[in-house]
Amino acid sequence: MDMTTQGIPTAKPYVPPQLASATKVVARNVNVHYGDKHAIQNVSVDIPDQAVMAFIGPSGCGKSTFLRCINRMNDTIPICRVTGKIEIDSKDIYDPSLDVVQLRARVGMVFQKPNPFPKSIFENVAYGPRIHGLARNKTDLDEIVTTSLEKAGLFKEVKDRLADSGTSLSGGQQQRLCIARAIAVSPDIILMDEPCSALDPIATARIEELIDELRSNFCIIIVTHSMQQAARVSQRTAFFHLGVLVEEGETEAIFTNPREERTRDYITGRFG
Amino acid sequence: MTAIYFLTLACLVVAGYFIAAKRAQSLRAGPGGALHSLPTYHGLLAAVALIVPMILVFAIGTPLVKQLATSSVFNFFPPEIANDPLQRGVVLRDVSNLLDGRHQGDPSAALRDAAASYAGIFTTGRLAVLGIGTALGLLALFLVLSRISSTFRARNYFERFVIAVLILCALVAILTTIGIVFSVVWETYRFFFDPSLKGRPSVSEFLFGTEWNPQAALRADQGDIKTAFGFIPLLTGTLLITFIAILVAGPLGLFSAIYLSEYATPRFRAWAKPVLEILAGVPTVVLGFFAALTVAPYIRGWGESFGLDVASESALAAGLVMGMMIIPFISSLSDDVINAVPQSLRDGAYALGATKSETIKKVILPAALPGIVSAFMLAISRAIGETMIVVMAAGLAANLTFNPLEAVTTITVQIKTILVGDQEFDSAKTLAAFALGFVLFFVTLVLNIIAQQIVRRYREQYD
Repeated sequence: MDMTTQGIPTAKPYVPPQLASATKVVARNVNVHYGDKHAIQNVSVDIPDQAVMAFIGPSGCGKSTFLRCINRMNDTIPICRVTGKIEIDSKDIYDPSLDVVQLRARVGMVFQKPNPFPKSIFENVAYGPRIHGLARNKTDLDEIVTTSLEKAGLFKEVKDRLADSGTSLSGGQQQRLCIARAIAVSPDIILMDEPCSALDPIATARIEELIDELRSNFCIIIVTHSMQQAARVSQRTAFFHLGVLVEEGETEAIFTNPREERTRDYITGRFG
Repeated sequence: MTAIYFLTLACLVVAGYFIAAKRAQSLRAGPGGALHSLPTYHGLLAAVALIVPMILVFAIGTPLVKQLATSSVFNFFPPEIANDPLQRGVVLRDVSNLLDGRHQGDPSAALRDAAASYAGIFTTGRLAVLGIGTALGLLALFLVLSRISSTFRARNYFERFVIAVLILCALVAILTTIGIVFSVVWETYRFFFDPSLKGRPSVSEFLFGTEWNPQAALRADQGDIKTAFGFIPLLTGTLLITFIAILVAGPLGLFSAIYLSEYATPRFRAWAKPVLEILAGVPTVVLGFFAALTVAPYIRGWGESFGLDVASESALAAGLVMGMMIIPFISSLSDDVINAVPQSLRDGAYALGATKSETIKKVILPAALPGIVSAFMLAISRAIGETMIVVMAAGLAANLTFNPLEAVTTITVQIKTILVGDQEFDSAKTLAAFALGFVLFFVTLVLNIIAQQIVRRYREQYD
């Protein structure tokens, strides 16, 4: 039974699932407060490597907030307080001795609205490698930029205009540029916060294909409003509601045979 | 009479508005049903129909009446008085005094007749203006009222009128600018090319001469007047002081803007920014005596302790204080543009593992550059155009020097010095002010064009 201590309900003991691949991210009893608002309550989840995990749920359910805990982007919001434990490769990322800059080099992020820097396409991708000193010389840097753009499936379209502004690309291309930018610092994990919500169906299909291709090399966590998208691209799905992780498991199981009433109501479109 | 005219106008406008609106309203209830325009628009159009002709009649009629009355005065005097501008003025003043009952002594018969004629024409004329204005206004109102119907496009007509008013306002500003430029250009042309002007310099003497001494032009017997209007020392003085000011204000303003927008807590920013902006509100004359009485002696004392020879009025003192003056322009505007850089760009950089300073240097400042450059340009324009601080702190001596410890003078200071006091307007000395003004205008214009080019080249558009 749920009991409350100091206003925070204690969680049911979390039983880690059997994952098909190695566990990359482990979260236990994560709580997030925005000022007085208790945005995330006792979330515990295991996230597999070399797979796509989708976070679904209605607006304001905390899925983006939880996503932003994984690369500590919530640090940039002064009123935000995170408690609990998140480990990547068994290392606590909220350990005070950990450098957040190095964490973010390992955990890339792609945002809802494409946000290329107002620089050339080349400079956009080269930005990360430059600040982390990943390239020893110009040839190295060219190599990194080219392979990143290739992996993001953008190289063919832009190879003749790498000096053009990143903002001159179409929305879908901009988003793939942002993915290339994230890949360029060779992270282990890529967080995607509704990466297709500002794109048209064709650009969306292109990004989804890309996510599927990237899966073999990265641990990808995607927040999405579209249940079809979650079903299409992810292997595991977590359903959030009102700051609580309601249910989590194999994507197919969640969509065909949910254990919880609320999950069923959401995926059948009764609310959300 | 003016009061009566506008009172009539106001009453008619209110009445016209309500009559037209009411009539449109009654159409709505009757057959035909829906109106094309709301009754309000019919009312507004009626008001406009009254206002436009009545204002026009007033604006044209009033000066015309005055003109007629004035010219009638001189029918009573011999033509030699009417043709002499000085005597005309005396007569008109007498007439005006007589009508006001302030005339001293016994007025002559001619003067009395003239005054009576003036008063008669003036009163009749103003009454006529009132009559014609009201009649035209009512005619226009009647035209509008007669056209009111359910299909009458009152809204479209009224909105066309609004556009016309907006265009008129824009035109006033543009024409004023053009007028000022033309007057400056014309007087500058006279300064260089009017053959009747004594001691005028040639264009090249003005632009490349290294000696500035406008007083010499009035006293042709003293010295070599040809070199008196050399503009170079003023230009170097202006540039020197502006350079010092930007050297002070640029880093201080920009860095405080970065601190305020990126590092300061919202609470600190909320009171620090207004305090900084107060600095822009300090009258320059106050800054001027601060420069002259506090900063200049301090610099002098400091310089002497190093064994340097410092003038009591120095470019450094003026430049430092002018720098203080323009800090808020740079800091406040730069802070605004830095804040306008979308948060998503910051997030993008942070998510790549950029530190705060890397984000600021590589992402935020490049994105905000156009705004920052225009903040600097505004500050430089202010510095170049600033007069009071320089008058008080930098002196009047037109030294050709780049030594900030010497006294220098600027273009604006010389314009002010030339035009202060009673001056004969047609001398080379006073016209030199226009030439200086023209050059000042030209320098600022060139700076603005350069800045726009810089912005265009390095612009990083984020939308």
